[in-house]
Amino acid sequence: MITLSNIRKVYNAGRPNEFTAIRDVSLELEPNKTTVLKGPSGSGKTTLLSMLGCMTRPTAGRILLGQREITSLPEKFLAEIRRSTFGFIFQQLNLIRGITVLENVMLPAYPTGERRSEVVARAMALLDLCNLSHKAEARVEWLSGGEAQRAAIARALINGPAIIICDEPTAHLDTALSLEFMETMKRLRDDGKTILIASHDPLVNDSDAVDRIVEIRDGRLVPPKACA
Amino acid sequence: MSLIEKHRNIIDYTLSSLGRRKGKTFAVCLVYSFIIFLLASVVFFTQAIKREADLLLREAPEMTVQRLEAGRQTTVPAAYADGIGRIRGVQSVQKRLWGYYFDSLTGANYTVMVNASLNGREGQAIVGSGVLLRGAAEGESRKIQAGDSLPVKTYRGEALMLKVAGILPFASELETADLIQVSERDYRDIFNAEAGRYTDLALQVRNRKELATIATKIVRQYPDTRPILREDILRTYDAIFDWRGGLSIMTMAGALFAFIILAWDKATGLSAEEKKEIGILKAIGWETGDILQVKFWEGVSVSLTSFSIGIFAAYLHVFVGSSLLFEPVLKGWSVLYPDFRLTPHIDAYQLVSLLFITVLPYTVATIIPSWRSATIDPDSVMRA
Amino acid sequence: MRRLIRKSDIFLAYVLLQAAALGLMLVDAAVRRSLAEPVLRQRAEVVRVLGLTDLALFTEARYTRNPSLADRHSPFQEHPLSLEHFPSGSVVSPPSHLTLPAGR
Repeated sequence: MITLSNIRKVYNAGRPNEFTAIRDVSLELEPNKTTVLKGPSGSGKTTLLSMLGCMTRPTAGRILLGQREITSLPEKFLAEIRRSTFGFIFQQLNLIRGITVLENVMLPAYPTGERRSEVVARAMALLDLCNLSHKAEARVEWLSGGEAQRAAIARALINGPAIIICDEPTAHLDTALSLEFMETMKRLRDDGKTILIASHDPLVNDSDAVDRIVEIRDGRLVPPKACA
Repeated sequence: MSLIEKHRNIIDYTLSSLGRRKGKTFAVCLVYSFIIFLLASVVFFTQAIKREADLLLREAPEMTVQRLEAGRQTTVPAAYADGIGRIRGVQSVQKRLWGYYFDSLTGANYTVMVNASLNGREGQAIVGSGVLLRGAAEGESRKIQAGDSLPVKTYRGEALMLKVAGILPFASELETADLIQVSERDYRDIFNAEAGRYTDLALQVRNRKELATIATKIVRQYPDTRPILREDILRTYDAIFDWRGGLSIMTMAGALFAFIILAWDKATGLSAEEKKEIGILKAIGWETGDILQVKFWEGVSVSLTSFSIGIFAAYLHVFVGSSLLFEPVLKGWSVLYPDFRLTPHIDAYQLVSLLFITVLPYTVATIIPSWRSATIDPDSVMRA
Repeated sequence: MRRLIRKSDIFLAYVLLQAAALGLMLVDAAVRRSLAEPVLRQRAEVVRVLGLTDLALFTEARYTRNPSLADRHSPFQEHPLSLEHFPSGSVVSPPSHLTLPAGR
């Protein structure tokens, strides 16, 4: 369970280009559900995801991860939480070029100091699951869009996170691949993961894999319509 | 969950990461190796030649006494030698005759000295293995051989043909390359040296502890003399390649070079691509310290490689080859240059000092610029 | 198992190899030193017999040929503050017993 109370995020505070991305958002996210943050670009979805994923701290307000207050934790602990609790799938995928798919998948496990043989075994199992084991030794820039997406999913799962965070995951995918992605998310949710997706893609919003849609506009939550 | 395992993981990533920039890594290693090569060559060469000079010149005369006249060294009358010989503690006084001779045919400067064993064998000479002979026909200089005739111009302008009776051992070339040893009569004949006067005196004393006392006594008795102790000679060679020396300047140039590549490397080092990479790593859960470790290992692998290459090249250059790069600096305007191989007086201490003055600054300099990047917010990758 | 040899292992081997090579270099230096020892003794004997005081490294000027025997004025032939015009004068400094104020 993630609880946000009265979150505010201001960028460039005190400077002429000061900009408030999130205003007074309070939200509770249930575990083992797929929640979609829906809204036009610039609405603050990504900012909210960054704060949920412990990548940046809110300017005001508190975030509770389970019982743990994470807004005041030092960077070192936040990195640890990012590593162990979250799996990230970025809009640009953000695979590291020039190194192999397998290495990319293993990267989040490097700082844990786990035995490499175990990490390799797990990474290969995940690549198998994502139908990518034949590309394990290929460099990431040789992958097709769908393959790169699957590599990013495998990387997000390597440390066995409880929560998967996806930022506009279908932005660069065609319909078939987008549907396939949502299928994967559904499977992961059924496996017990909590999934957070920021997207304004109707394919995502209308998917039966989604349990809840939170609409956001201009940094504020849009109250759910009566019929929803 | 071990620290070693974590380091190994991070080294794995560092090497993969370096492998992507083969060209640049190679270029940095190349220039860096060259600098270490220069630096190590200077250190190896100077240390070895100092050590060698020290070992050899321990056998130099314990005290040499010169006479000065109007600030110039001048000849010593035989009476001085007798007077000094009577000073208590002086074991023996050797009256020496030697001087410099410019050979206009080859353009070389020689040191001509009297060898008592040649007295009575006038017209003969024992020469150093570096002495040159100008061939009549071909007009080219070649190294002299036993049996050759060496023409020497006397002060009257006459040619004195010296028959080469022996060559000093080639191994001693660093000390004896330019020597021409002749009989006393030939010496006086060449230089018009007044009978009963000598170039300087070489002293042996009974007790080395009395050297300073004896020197003081000599100066008191003959105020126009200047005694030079063996310790002075050794000290001279200890300071032979000092901070302002040409070799040191070469090194400074090297250090400047190092600074330039470093600056270049750093200026081009953290490209947008690399910064993005750091952001990605942080986003997926790497800590700032982990990123710095990557940079640390990057610095270590590049500088260790360059260090080894540079050191091996310097070793080959100085001790297996004959310090070819330094020859123009050391030779200067000389025509003669001794052919010598230095004995490798190197030790682990020298290597460790070299390691510290090269690898350490580079490694530190690799980490510092990445510090700022390593602390960028991980959400930068989300915003991009 | 895939990839039994890790890059970090190769790196470790590489570092050890370099250390070994450096060690070997020191051994080579020691061997060369011990081989040179009789030659050095012979050369020292030549120095002793001939009463030599200097290395024949720089033959271009009398104070560079015999720096330890140079008189106070010869290293500064033109002016006490002039720069050396013999190239090796930039490598050899005047002997310390000349530059000390008391001299000897």
